Order: sequence, then C-alpha cells, then structure tokens
Amino acid sequence: MIRIDCPVCGLRDETEFTYGADASVTRPAMEDTGMQHWVDYVFNRDNPRGWHREYWHHVQGCRQWLVLERNTLTHQIGTCHLARDADLAVKEAAK
Amino acid sequence: MTKYSAFSLVRHALSGNRNWTRAWRDPESKPAYDVVIVGGGGHGLATAYYLAKEHGITNVAVVEKGWLGGGNTGRNTTIVRSNYMMPGNTMFYERSMQLWEDLSQDLNYNVMISQRGQYNLCHSPGQMDAARRRGNVMRANGIDAELFDRAEVKRRLPYLDYSDKARFPIHGAIYQSRAGTARHDAVAWGFARGADRRGVDILQQREVTGYLWDGGRIAGVQTSQGEIRAKKVALCVAGHSGHLAQMAGLRLPIETHCLQAFVTEPYKPLVDTVISFGAAHFYLSQSDKGGLVLGGDLDMYNSYAQKGGLPIVEHTLASAKALMPCMSRLKLLRHWAGVMDMSMDGSPFITKTPVEGLYLNGGWNYGGFKATPASGWCFAYTIARDAPHKDNAEFTLERFNRGYQIDEKGVGPQPNAH
Repeated sequence: MIRIDCPVCGLRDETEFTYGADASVTRPAMEDTGMQHWVDYVFNRDNPRGWHREYWHHVQGCRQWLVLERNTLTHQIGTCHLARDADLAVKEAAK
Repeated sequence: MTKYSAFSLVRHALSGNRNWTRAWRDPESKPAYDVVIVGGGGHGLATAYYLAKEHGITNVAVVEKGWLGGGNTGRNTTIVRSNYMMPGNTMFYERSMQLWEDLSQDLNYNVMISQRGQYNLCHSPGQMDAARRRGNVMRANGIDAELFDRAEVKRRLPYLDYSDKARFPIHGAIYQSRAGTARHDAVAWGFARGADRRGVDILQQREVTGYLWDGGRIAGVQTSQGEIRAKKVALCVAGHSGHLAQMAGLRLPIETHCLQAFVTEPYKPLVDTVISFGAAHFYLSQSDKGGLVLGGDLDMYNSYAQKGGLPIVEHTLASAKALMPCMSRLKLLRHWAGVMDMSMDGSPFITKTPVEGLYLNGGWNYGGFKATPASGWCFAYTIARDAPHKDNAEFTLERFNRGYQIDEKGVGPQPNAH
C-alpha cells in the first residue's frame, strides 16, 4: 500500500487518491502551431524508470490536486505539493 | 537436434530418459550479426524463428538480459483470442489465431493450445448492442463470433451469479469458440528451439546497456558482456520499450504500468472455458493443474516494479466474488505482476523507427501473449523487407501524427484507461 503525505490532510492510504497523469509534460503555447509540439504534448512521454513527477487527486479527502514525486521502480514517494503551488514554483523557476 | 515424436518418447523412455539433448544451444556471441533482436521473450524468439523460416535470414542473435520467457511471457494469463473490431487490429489478431491453431505442428513442440472458447459477458442492453456490433464486424471478416442471451449463458455457465442480488446482472455474452489458452512457457521454448535449429544464436544473461552508432545510424548494441555489431537492431522488450528507446533518443507514446495476476489452489474441473467479466476489468480460466487463473486491472500509476499493490488484489477478488460467488472460499496460491507497455491508443507498434537501423515491436498493453506468433511473423517481415506487411501496416508511430489512432475502447490518449 502506497501512503501519500497530503499537504492538507496528512499521511493517507493510496485508496483515497486517484492517479491523474504525468505532471512533467507542459502544454505548448496556444499560438504555437508546430504540429510535432502538440503531438509530443498529447501522446509522447519520457516514461522514466526511477523518479517520476505526477498528478494525483485526493478525491476521497480534501479533493485537492497534488503534484508528487514517486519512484517507478520502488513506489517510494518523494516530495508532495498542492498542484497550484507546484505550478507556481515551475513558473517562478522559468522566470 | 532430434525431432520430437511418439517414437522418440518411447525410445528415450526405454533408456530411462537420460539421453535427451538440450533443446537449444548456449553459444558464444559472434562479433557481428545481420539482425540482433533485443529481448528473449515470446515475441523476440518468434521474430527470430520467422526471420529464419520465412525469410532465410539466419545470421541472427537474440539477446536476453535474464532467461528466456522470464518477463511478460511467463507472467501473463495465457489467453488467446481474435475478437478485435478496429481496422488495423482485426486481421492482425486473426492471423495470430490462425498461426496458433497450427503452431504445435509447425514448431514440433507442444504449446498446449486449447481452444476452449471465450465469453465476454454483457451486463446492460448497451453492452449487448456493442457486443452485437463487434460480433458482426468479426463475422464480416470471417472470424467466428456468437451472441448469447442470458438464458443461453446460464445454461452454459451455470456457476455464475444469476440471482436477484447480483450487483451486475448478466444480460448475455459474446462468444468466440476458437479462442482459448496456450502454455506460455512452451511458446517461448518452442520458438527458441525452432530458431536455434535454423542457426539463430540465443544469448542469455546479457543486458543491452546502449547502442553502437555509425554516424546517425545504429550499428549494434553495447551489452553487459561486450559489443555486438548488427546491421539491424530489433526491440522486442515490451514493458521496457520506453527505456530502450530513450537510449536511442526516442520518446514513445507509451507509459509503463503494472498488471497483476493470480492463481488459486487447485480445484476439481469447474470452468472449461475463458470468461471475461464485463462490469470490471476481470477475467478467469482454469489451468490444467486445476488452479483458477485470475486477471485484474492495472495498478493505474506508472510502474516498472513488477510488484503490485494490495488495493488491486482486493478489487480483483471482489470482482471474482461478484461474478462467481462459489469461488469465495478458494485460497490464492500465487500472485505476481508484470510491467506493460500501455500505449496511448491501446494498440501496439510493429514498425521501423525514425532512427535508422532500429526497429520497434512493443506497446502490447494487456494483450501481448495472444499476439505472439503474428507479432513475430509481421516483425520478421518488416525487418527483412524494410516495409510492413498489410497486417501490421497500421502499427506505426506516425499514426498519432496523422490522427489515426486504433482505439478499440474509444477512451482517448490515457494509457491506464485501455
């Protein structure tokens, strides 16, 4: 059983959560007309063996979307943030 | 290499079965081959077999990091069927079904194909309509399919839950009588023996750690035991396709997910067919040893761990209980997991890649085992001729650029939903 340390609710079982998607993909700018950028965004994935950044939804708890790091080889959980904070941090870093 | 026959069985029995020769060699690697196949599972070995048999290309090596059939070939639930309805899939899987029917004779190796039939249960009028449509597509393509109503399913499968309390009432089923099961290890071993007899070198305990490059072209593989040069490198590593492709600088429309399977303690003959539950991802059959073989749903999150979580154990067994209440007191004997290439449309790849010299066979989702013979047959064709056969022509990477996904379930680019 994976246990996730939700920033709002604390340590909870994985059964309270729903896996969302790969959080490392970023949507191209809406004015970007490069076909390959959109194909990459919608379909192609890094699919790493090791640490993976991903969205989870605490659907049976606080109903917040989270971004967490999880190791795909061991299922060990790394950092866990609210998705809106994580998104903000990415934008800050990009500045 | 002796041919297996009733006569050879008797002869070896009389000498106490002490003089059987090994089924395939354990050769030293040559420095270079025409084709190096990465992955010694069913698909890789079948590819080697058909390269040699159909195309006369015998200067071939199969490189395997562990032992033959130790990955998903040894971890699946052994079901074979060809009930697909999307153009691109239908005739490919039917080719596979036809190859299965003759495979033991062709390989001179008993793969224990058992065409015991497969039921896909329907639990609503809508599912019955969808099943009717699927059945009609199959029959229009010359594939056998029958639609049964509730009474007929009850007559044939009396041990399912038909009570008023059933959480998902059974409305009927679509049935393919030629579907069934095969012995998964024997498939790997049979193809290995057949390929080896035709001169293919099978190199076990050699992990591919990188590629050799000649300009922008792949010219061989770097392994844990040295370099092997090759004119063509063919990946048959479903579960790890993303990892091996990444080493070549490719990103694939694939995520790797973990799928669990279970066997109960042996029981008297009860289930003489294959049954798929229509209300949740669950199916079962009974092995020749008596254990009920159960398959469940994905763990839903990306994983290379080859071990599953307990929530899916509970989910699978709850499904089993809902479908077949008489199973409730059987104990589980074994439980394991494999890692799947889950592609973005639920359909596979048998194709050349944008990297010159690299060929890809992967993206098999839950359904790689049934595809094994046709996968090898079509991949060998693609490698030998540098062009796809019509049966695998749609299994390209470019289909996503063109908007021609082959999405049987119609769920969109969400790998864990297929």
